[in-house]
Amino acid sequence: MEIKVLGPGCSNCIKMEELAKTAVTELGIEANVEKISEIQEIMKYTMSTPGLVVNGKLKHLGKPLPSLDKVKALIKEEA
Amino acid sequence: MLKAFASYITYDLVGLDRGTHLADALNFFIYDTIKIFLLLITIVFVVAIIRAYFPAEKTKRILSHKSEYIGNVMAALLGIITPFCSCSAVPLFIGFVEAGIPLGVTFSFLISSPMVNEIALIMLWGLFGWKIALIYTGTGVLIAIASGIVIGRLRMEKHVQDYVWETKVGNMEIVETNFRDKIIYARGYTAELLKKIWPYVLIGIGLGGIVHGYIPTELVVKYAGRDNPLAVLVAVLIGIPLYSNAAGMIPVVQALVGKGMAMGTVLSFMMSVTAISFPEAVILKNVLKMPLIFTFFGIVTVGIIIVGYLFNAIL
Repeated sequence: MEIKVLGPGCSNCIKMEELAKTAVTELGIEANVEKISEIQEIMKYTMSTPGLVVNGKLKHLGKPLPSLDKVKALIKEEA
Repeated sequence: MLKAFASYITYDLVGLDRGTHLADALNFFIYDTIKIFLLLITIVFVVAIIRAYFPAEKTKRILSHKSEYIGNVMAALLGIITPFCSCSAVPLFIGFVEAGIPLGVTFSFLISSPMVNEIALIMLWGLFGWKIALIYTGTGVLIAIASGIVIGRLRMEKHVQDYVWETKVGNMEIVETNFRDKIIYARGYTAELLKKIWPYVLIGIGLGGIVHGYIPTELVVKYAGRDNPLAVLVAVLIGIPLYSNAAGMIPVVQALVGKGMAMGTVLSFMMSVTAISFPEAVILKNVLKMPLIFTFFGIVTVGIIIVGYLFNAIL
């Protein structure tokens, strides 16, 4: 699975990345979590950061961050 | 009921004598704190639910088909309800420009969004009453519309960083959420916001209490009153570096108004606190060249100063 965390580097984006990694570990799935901070790349998906993209599909955007359970559910929807 | 509760704590529980400076200050502090936090929790929650229906992507879609004047008006109004933080100003700006939204319309949004925010409105409503809150909203929206039209007319497209025009934007989807998701969003939003601003509110109300109890009226009237023609200018200059602390500033200002600070000066001051900020300028430097940044802040500052003199003359 391809998971992308979109964010230029604010504190919420870092938290979002940790959330995604924890979710992947707890779900016990094979997934590559990648942090995207380049603006051109972010703009392909959203204007509101942080964003969560699973297998090319935008699953969450903006503040406030989703809970860990919500992140797990979002990832599972695409698994 | 709130008044009775504040009096009960001050005079019965703490046991202070009525009429003393300290009792006055404490009573004022307890009453204002409870009132402000009740207002903040309920209204921020309601506003957050409304906001959940207007993500930036939807706002962009609405604005992308609008012509100049209607676009400016819509952008300024949508700026009130679209969630916006200066950390997403860059992607938002690129997204708007890429969608073909005129530069001036984009600026109307960028000006009204931070200036007419729910925190400033709640605090103004709670401490000054709904009329002042309404005047603030109305004039804020007017400044956003007028400044956007002026910037649009100045044809400053060449002062946007070149890569902005070349950035290709994907077909942005809107993540659909149901009502339950929106409630969860609103709860998270309210909690996050309160966690961030509660110390400023408490400090602000505390300072307000001190002003209320100890600063002499003649002093305030002399420097911030209606008859000092420089008061508006100075208030705007002081307000510029105080960005993002609207919540803490309003209680202090309210106490100063009680001592004779003029209302137009108050409005100018609040607007310069919320609308003009250095961090935002630094972030916007990523998408705008210097002449456009100066023009942007210059026009907004002039607008704010005009509002101050106007309301000092008529209120």
